[in-house]
Amino acid sequence: MPPLTRWYIKSAMVCLALGLLLTVAEAMPARLPAVFAAAGPAAVHLLVVGWVTQMIFGVAYWMFPKHSADQPRGNDLVAILTFVLLNLGLAARVVAEPAHAVNPGVVSAAILPVAALAQWLAGLGFVFNTWPRVKEK
Amino acid sequence: MPRVAVWFVRAALLYLVLGFTLGAVLLVQKARPFGVAAWESRPAHVEFLLIGWTAQLVLGVAVWIFPRRRYASQPYGHEGLAWLGFALLNVGVWLVALSPFVATGHLIEIAAVGACAANLWGRVRPGLSQM
Repeated sequence: MPPLTRWYIKSAMVCLALGLLLTVAEAMPARLPAVFAAAGPAAVHLLVVGWVTQMIFGVAYWMFPKHSADQPRGNDLVAILTFVLLNLGLAARVVAEPAHAVNPGVVSAAILPVAALAQWLAGLGFVFNTWPRVKEK
Repeated sequence: MPRVAVWFVRAALLYLVLGFTLGAVLLVQKARPFGVAAWESRPAHVEFLLIGWTAQLVLGVAVWIFPRRRYASQPYGHEGLAWLGFALLNVGVWLVALSPFVATGHLIEIAAVGACAANLWGRVRPGLSQM
């Protein structure tokens, strides 16, 4: 298993735990600050993007047919950037989205588009690297 | 990877791009509202990512990687069923995404799952190394 896949899978497991934790916090709004009651979309995206999609990214990077002898898993820099952008974008979203829902501010309004762009670029990076590896034997 | 699996996985990658693009627009919209129209794409965002990306990728990889049929001319099962599942799934995704046909789209997706399951069912068994 290549190192980047290990990072993907460990990060995915952290996202699964955090996503479930947020759903617990969201379920008891009376005992926690209001920001947790607004964390529903963040929890869903931790589970769907951080857990499911990130696990797929990591396993596909590892197991899909080789790209070439020189670059068996495609462009390594793009692959690393994909991992970094996906996780930074998701983390920024998880912090800024509930904060913006409860108390809209300049900082959260500035962070959300950056988080959106980072995750979108991560998606493009994954497709760019994976597309040539999806081929007939 | 058999040709039908290539089509499943490449279609899934295209839906990933579509779904992430709509998701990015929706997230930016939360910070800088630019109209109600953006919110109307939320069902398509969900459909593209849950069915178009995730479910389709899983089905495609299953066709590729599940234990192959022994002594058969079609080691990946009845590929006609897999192609039928691929076609139905993608028609269903677009019918659901283009909201007026949500129920019809989901029914077609169920038919797609039936076709894929009929193809994969016999391949869900111990591999040669475990026999």
